[in-house]
Amino acid sequence: MITPVHYMLLSAALFIIGVVGVLVRKNIIIIFMSIELILNAVNINLVAFSAQLQNVVGQVFAVFVIAVAAAEAAVGLGIILAFYRNKETINIDEMNLMRS
Amino acid sequence: MAQAIAFYFIAACILGFAVLVVTTRDTVHSVLFLVLDFLFVAALYVLLGAQFLAAIQVLVYAGGIVVLYLFVVMLVNLKRPPEAHEDPHRRTKLGFGLAAAVLLELGAIAVYGFVNPAAPVPATAAIPVSGNTEQVGWLLYTSYLIPFEVASMLLLVAMIGAIVLAKREL
Repeated sequence: MITPVHYMLLSAALFIIGVVGVLVRKNIIIIFMSIELILNAVNINLVAFSAQLQNVVGQVFAVFVIAVAAAEAAVGLGIILAFYRNKETINIDEMNLMRS
Repeated sequence: MAQAIAFYFIAACILGFAVLVVTTRDTVHSVLFLVLDFLFVAALYVLLGAQFLAAIQVLVYAGGIVVLYLFVVMLVNLKRPPEAHEDPHRRTKLGFGLAAAVLLELGAIAVYGFVNPAAPVPATAAIPVSGNTEQVGWLLYTSYLIPFEVASMLLLVAMIGAIVLAKREL
């Protein structure tokens, strides 16, 4: 029997994988993909509770999360392109223009 | 029983591909593993009875966002891999430590929720339509109309912002 706890554990594991990716990798494109993994983990939780409580509101919120993720990906990748054009790198260790 | 087998298979695929996304050296391979990960998440949504969201997941994530990532990987022509540059100030172990702290926090929340189960939530107003897509659409255009419009404005602003950022000169 699959309970919501199973889905929460899966979601937590996916979230942790995303957090490790954000904190450990240096390639900023992979960091963005890790953020998408984190947002997917949130969506799995929302849909699991929506199915458990027989309430569609969770799925509506997941639709909003997907919309925000799309906006975030577009703007973030635009920033990456603009940065790459100026500095010829996508390594976050070299992104220290604001550091005094 | 069949549901349990399907859940464990899909969960193993999701976690395995997520690990591959984070650990693969080649960025293009990483993006392709991300597509597979999104497709298995869509399969999980079908398992949970959220067919509309599964379709949105395939269309928007696996179809739209990943193509955007592939375009950026193609445009960012890397002469040297980003991992080649070694920063002496970088503390990777600290990153793993912070991730472990988040894991502990999630575990604490899970244990707390297990010890004190939440009160059952009251049922919301009945939705006069049946079917998953109809119900989601009904809620989007009645109770959540203003957030829906705000989301559309957000997408418009993000689109303009992405064009402005990516343009060579204004």
